[in-house]
Amino acid sequence: MGWLSVGPGQPMDAKLTFTVNGQKRDVTTDRDRPLLDVLREDLHLCGAKFGCGEGRCGACTVLVDGQRTFSCSTSVAEVEGKAVRTIEGLAQGDRLHPVQEAFLAENAFQCGYCTPGMVLTAVALLENNPHPSDKQIRQWMDGNLCRCCTYARILSAVRRAAG
Amino acid sequence: MQISHADHRAQLSRRGFVQLLGAGLLIGVSDTAVEAQSRRGGRGGRGGFMGRGAATVAARVHIAKDGAITVMAGKVEAGQGARAELTQVAAEELRIAVDRIALILADTGLVPDDGMTAGSGTTPRTVPSVRAGAAAARDLLVALAAQQWDVKSDSVQVRDGRITHPQSHRELTYADLARQSDLKPFAQPVPAGVTVTPVNEWKVMGTPVDRPNRRDLVTGAHQFPSDIARPAMSYGKVLRAPSYGAKLTAIDLSPAQAMKEVAVARDGDFVGVAAPTRFLAEQALAAVAKTASWQTVPHPSSGQLFEYLKQHARNGLPANPFADELAKAAKSLKQSYHIAYIQHTPLEPRAAVAEWNGDKLTVWTGTQNPFGVQNELAGALQVATDHVRVIVPDFGGGFGGKHTGDAAVEAARLAKAAGRPVSLRWTREEEFTWAYFRPAGVIDLEAGLDATGSITTWHHVNINSGPSSMNTPYRIAKARSQFVQSEAPLRQGSYRALAATGNTFARECFMDELAAAAGCDPLEFRLAHLEDARLRAVLEAVAKRFDWSGRVKQKEPGIGVGLACGTEKGSYVATCAKVAVDQQQGKISVRQICQVFECGAVVNPGNLTSQNQGAILMGMGGALREQMRFEGGAVTNASFRTYLVPRFRDVPELDIHLLDRPDLPSAGAGETPIIGIAPAVANAVFFATGVRIREMPIRLPVTNARGE
Repeated sequence: MGWLSVGPGQPMDAKLTFTVNGQKRDVTTDRDRPLLDVLREDLHLCGAKFGCGEGRCGACTVLVDGQRTFSCSTSVAEVEGKAVRTIEGLAQGDRLHPVQEAFLAENAFQCGYCTPGMVLTAVALLENNPHPSDKQIRQWMDGNLCRCCTYARILSAVRRAAG
Repeated sequence: MQISHADHRAQLSRRGFVQLLGAGLLIGVSDTAVEAQSRRGGRGGRGGFMGRGAATVAARVHIAKDGAITVMAGKVEAGQGARAELTQVAAEELRIAVDRIALILADTGLVPDDGMTAGSGTTPRTVPSVRAGAAAARDLLVALAAQQWDVKSDSVQVRDGRITHPQSHRELTYADLARQSDLKPFAQPVPAGVTVTPVNEWKVMGTPVDRPNRRDLVTGAHQFPSDIARPAMSYGKVLRAPSYGAKLTAIDLSPAQAMKEVAVARDGDFVGVAAPTRFLAEQALAAVAKTASWQTVPHPSSGQLFEYLKQHARNGLPANPFADELAKAAKSLKQSYHIAYIQHTPLEPRAAVAEWNGDKLTVWTGTQNPFGVQNELAGALQVATDHVRVIVPDFGGGFGGKHTGDAAVEAARLAKAAGRPVSLRWTREEEFTWAYFRPAGVIDLEAGLDATGSITTWHHVNINSGPSSMNTPYRIAKARSQFVQSEAPLRQGSYRALAATGNTFARECFMDELAAAAGCDPLEFRLAHLEDARLRAVLEAVAKRFDWSGRVKQKEPGIGVGLACGTEKGSYVATCAKVAVDQQQGKISVRQICQVFECGAVVNPGNLTSQNQGAILMGMGGALREQMRFEGGAVTNASFRTYLVPRFRDVPELDIHLLDRPDLPSAGAGETPIIGIAPAVANAVFFATGVRIREMPIRLPVTNARGE
């Protein structure tokens, strides 16, 4: 499904290569396009979401070389040669990532729109700091918004994943 | 179970259901038995699955020949828990595991018109209808078994989707029932005499059933409306005016028309583009926006808002009908409360994907009003209603802010112009500027006290914000509440609990002021005026859990406690708050919230707790920081940078207690849990500082005079 044929023909197009969820991807597109758009429109990875377009809500969060990144505010050119991880790449087949399991165990979602961003943000935290304090969790996660305000259970999920 | 979205027929015929879900048994529900908000007579008759006609019957339950069970409902899932609840109640009545039921929601081509998802209506109205449909299926299974085995109905048991006759060890399943039905049309609505499971026999209802498709949320597999992708799809954007009321006087579309693969549409003031990528659509739109000339009109600013609302009150401000008595009261008090405009800001902006197939239109969109939007699309695009199908995937938040079909209509118009499907999603700035707002208001309260400290007269006037929870629940012999319309400077609409937020704030803050005037503790003062047993129950319970009487004696510098209570939409809430106040910095931190909530028999305690947590935290935004600022006809804080919603840093200690009343009918709970937080916080701020703040958001004047 999906049709995309921006093609060579748009003046600012460039060929860019980066890996997404361990797979090498080649994209020919305008270098200034947000990574979020390329992931969603070209690569059909819609887990990363648009919430604000200015890095204030975290719905677009992906990991770039392990770093938590707002893909709405990152041009696709900035990830050339880098490793991008999205929510779709977390599970190994049927085996969910421990953070995903923790979110399920704590029912840490209501509408679920912020969930991919929240999960990846938590993954980034725990990969860098496996046993964060409550204060550290709160501060780290503060860049992500949940409008359903499921904050309390999300904190429980991150604590649970931290073990 | 996969439902193909390739079928563009607006309304499936019975044969369509058979094709889609397989032959089997269909149990219908008539328009009159549901909350149908779209009555279409004559030409536009929708007709349900049995075809057009006065008594339309829509399908509620389908049982396939292999025993697969599908339940259909017109409500939506936007995080508030309808999917879990409706699956759960169907499972209860069918006596089958929750994961055996596939629930189709909010597809106008497939489901009954259960009305808008709003007003806390799913639990009191749609749940009974779904239960009746499911119970009818169970009754049919019982009748089939009784007939086949030649036994009495009361000698058979239904459990785990099987019906057994223990004495003879015989067994039948729903699959057997469906195979029997063949293609006999089930033309009547659910029989009136269907019995649903009494609360003391609930096995599934009353338990915390999880949202069925939750795994798709944590894996990113779920497709929200803004994720829907159709073959050959383009991305649309619409030109916005620079300010409210501005008229387009000139524009040059040629910069966009010259761009390869960009479609441009214009119809009067409607100008839009569709392009193969959103980035290109933005560039195309920016190119034409530069050429546009507008005729702007003056517009009031938020700085003048409350004066403006008062000055434009229709037919002026009503006088206090009890003025004479008030003059003779031992004490009297009059205060005015200001309630700002705020917005829902669901994390998923409004979005739609529109696809034409000849003169038939299918739109995927996030709306709380699928059948209303179906009508809206038909009107806007000049097609028959039954040529329009609206599909509402589980979407990213509504909170009362997605009742209309703005994005749907825009996407449909652009799709028509482009000749291909169009995905259109508003930006956050568009959300903040062009979506509607919870109405602002001025609320005037005036009351008198007699020598014993009892309230003698009560006058409540709400200007513009609305009448919800306007009437006082307290026992006051002479009480009058009035709602007065005004000229609204911003587009207004529903919000979670509507004006019950502002009216409860004003009333509960005023009650504290009256208590102080009467020399009485806020809790004792309320209880002395409260006869409503259910409201007393939550108030007493929260005061006990919070140790109100102990805490009011504690005088910790900068720390305050406050309480509030209220009732709306048939449920009851009482809230205690502990705050820490830094007067010098003008900072209010909420440290602890204790809330007790009662809504009759609790259907899903897990979701109910979730709704309470969410409503409290969401309410903290309206209580402390959220307000729309506008000037020159434009919102000036149209960003999460300047419109401050609650975040992780704001989360207090939360103690939520659900008061289960299995003896009472189940009421809805999506809204009322929000109404206690703001007044409890304001009252706590007074406790800590001696300062009464009579506005939402509650803001302390900064003592070092740095100004705003």
